[in-house]
Amino acid sequence: MTGTFVGMPTFPSAARTALADTQLRHNLAHATGVIRGKRAAVVGEVENWEDLRLAGAAVKDRALRSLDSRLVELEESLTARGAVVHWARDADEANRIVVEVARAHAVDEVVKVKSMVTQEIGLNEALEAEGIAAWETDLAELIVQLGGDLPSHILVPAIHRNRAEIREIFRRRMGEVGRPAPDDLTDEPAVLAGAAREHLREKFLRAKLAVSGANFAVADSGTLVVVESEGNGRMCLTLPDVLVSIVGIEKVVPTWAELDPLIRLLPRSSTGERMNPYTSTWTGITPGDGPQEVHVVLLDNGRTRALADETGRQALRCIRCSACLNVCPVYERTGGHAYGSVYPGPIGAILNPLLKGTGDPQTDSLPYASSLCGACFEACPVRIDIPEVLVHLRAKVVDGHRDDRVPKPEALAFRGAAWAFADPGRLGRAERLSSVAGRVLRRRGKASLGRLPGPGGAWTDARDLPVPPAESFRDWWKRTDGGERE
Amino acid sequence: MRVALMVTCVNDAMFPGTGQAVVRLLRRVGVDVDFPQAQTCCGQPMVNTGYLDEAVPAVRSFVRAFEGYDAVVTPSGSCAGSARHQHQLVAARSGDAGLAAAVAETSPKTYELTEFLVDVLGVTDVGAYFPHSVTYHPTCHSLRMLSVGDRPRQLLEKVRGLRLVDLPKAEECCGFGGTFALKNADTSVAMGTDKARHVRETGAEVLVAGDNSCLMHIGGVLNRGRSGVRVMHLAEILASTEERPA
Ligand code: SF4
Repeated sequence: MTGTFVGMPTFPSAARTALADTQLRHNLAHATGVIRGKRAAVVGEVENWEDLRLAGAAVKDRALRSLDSRLVELEESLTARGAVVHWARDADEANRIVVEVARAHAVDEVVKVKSMVTQEIGLNEALEAEGIAAWETDLAELIVQLGGDLPSHILVPAIHRNRAEIREIFRRRMGEVGRPAPDDLTDEPAVLAGAAREHLREKFLRAKLAVSGANFAVADSGTLVVVESEGNGRMCLTLPDVLVSIVGIEKVVPTWAELDPLIRLLPRSSTGERMNPYTSTWTGITPGDGPQEVHVVLLDNGRTRALADETGRQALRCIRCSACLNVCPVYERTGGHAYGSVYPGPIGAILNPLLKGTGDPQTDSLPYASSLCGACFEACPVRIDIPEVLVHLRAKVVDGHRDDRVPKPEALAFRGAAWAFADPGRLGRAERLSSVAGRVLRRRGKASLGRLPGPGGAWTDARDLPVPPAESFRDWWKRTDGGERE
Repeated sequence: MRVALMVTCVNDAMFPGTGQAVVRLLRRVGVDVDFPQAQTCCGQPMVNTGYLDEAVPAVRSFVRAFEGYDAVVTPSGSCAGSARHQHQLVAARSGDAGLAAAVAETSPKTYELTEFLVDVLGVTDVGAYFPHSVTYHPTCHSLRMLSVGDRPRQLLEKVRGLRLVDLPKAEECCGFGGTFALKNADTSVAMGTDKARHVRETGAEVLVAGDNSCLMHIGGVLNRGRSGVRVMHLAEILASTEERPA
């Protein structure tokens, strides 16, 4: 697998491949189980968790309602503090801005703070095409990058890898791109982390340019916020001379005070910690301290499209905690790659179609990649009603095909069902047909149906289906006068 | 109190025994239940697959069938959830103000069976007898969309002879999910297989739940594996007595 999701198959077929990978299934079940347990414990400690969720959702909603003016305010406060603000409509524009800054400083490598948005726009690939190497400095991102792999989780991008695989990747690849792994590398987590630390330190100290995203951008003060666990982010944000931060426009929070619920919700929901180990905030330029040239790229890339969707816009509240992934029974079995995007799991299933629009088979398969069990909504710290948005997007997918010259079999089936459900008489007649079939099958001694041909096979390949009863409830009620004459 | 049974399309066509059990059960606790013939389906299969226009006729027949009753009772957490949370959406999309008004009348008085028994009638001991070991799977929609909480357990605990065994990872989805079971059959089966494994781990003779659709899926997996575990709807256990065992 190479570092891009372009041309991914639709969810059902990608999922089939993942489901057959027993090692992957095991790694995922174990990892999500551990995170779920940690999260439940620390969330349970908060007495007013529900109030905190409401407060978090309200802050984000308030920011989104006045996004236009908040963004202008953010631009003004950033500029006043010495940062250069750029606006980027899409991935290409954002990538070009970073390339230009890199060229202006004649650098051929940059260090990166883990950031979803730079993956969303394919920044590493864009830089590589210009001969600029981008080094991921988050441990899990480093594993994914060295492995020539794709991230499969928002928070733990290498969740699909186990220790032995990581050791192998480090031994094979570290030497090719910098300081090699030590000869006595074991698969002990501390030893692996130590090797990564040595490998990365060289890059931190050498880099002139760093690239980051931001978890939050405070409009009134022009402050960007990054939370992380390893300290690599703080190194990137303070050591190099030049910093480029790419910020999705939905990251805006009106005031510093309003960060409060969000910064309390995020670590408990994501890493299952009471507080994240590092919270870095920076506001433009501070002479003699940290980067002396700061660029902020405010990125749309489909966010205004999502904002225009009344039901879907709540997805822009997402603080990328990944709690929905960790509780999702579908994600737990298929892993992140099946979603064909840097945003996997329940949030990916709604965010991708909202950002890109429906109409592409891969994107259109995502809203159906859920059993609508609702575990994601229950876990989401900012109360995004993911099942509601999933159903809404399914309707968009269906509506997109209403004028097809040749309707899909499924559409025909539902039209037929709509016809039958309009009138109990029609439904009763359909049921009588199934009862006849049931009687015949029962007479042949069948209690359940074996493998069916055609579309029914999707059910019966691995599950039995009961034989229809000899009489529907409706007919029983009529025959027995509501059970009075049984 | 005029009480109507919404049997659901799946129960009507595939599991009539569940509807019959509800009728016996409600009569036993003193409720004279009616079965309005005009009912068809709550419309959920269409809504959840994205066919909102196609759900309109079902919602129309729903309100036509149940207008005028004091309560609508259904042995399905999922269909009760659909009536309470989706009908308004379908009506709004249809642009028919009359339908929206009718939905506003029928949807709040639609109850899942255990809600009706515990909240409306105030009974937990329905005089049932079922001398078997049973494990309970809380289906997602009764658990999360309706928050039926421990009402099913309250009812099961009062059943004489019944031994209730805890199901590991009970709150995890079984993988049915309506058309999800067909559109993502591989994932659905993987989830169902894990659920079936947990059911077998309990050693219980019977798996019980408040939704026959989920039971049809889990039961389909259990059956294919020749597990020997019987799946039953909660209503059938609650209707079971010494004179007329299920
Ligand atoms: S949707 Fe909610 S739970 Fe999922 S990543 Fe975003 S904030 Fe977290």
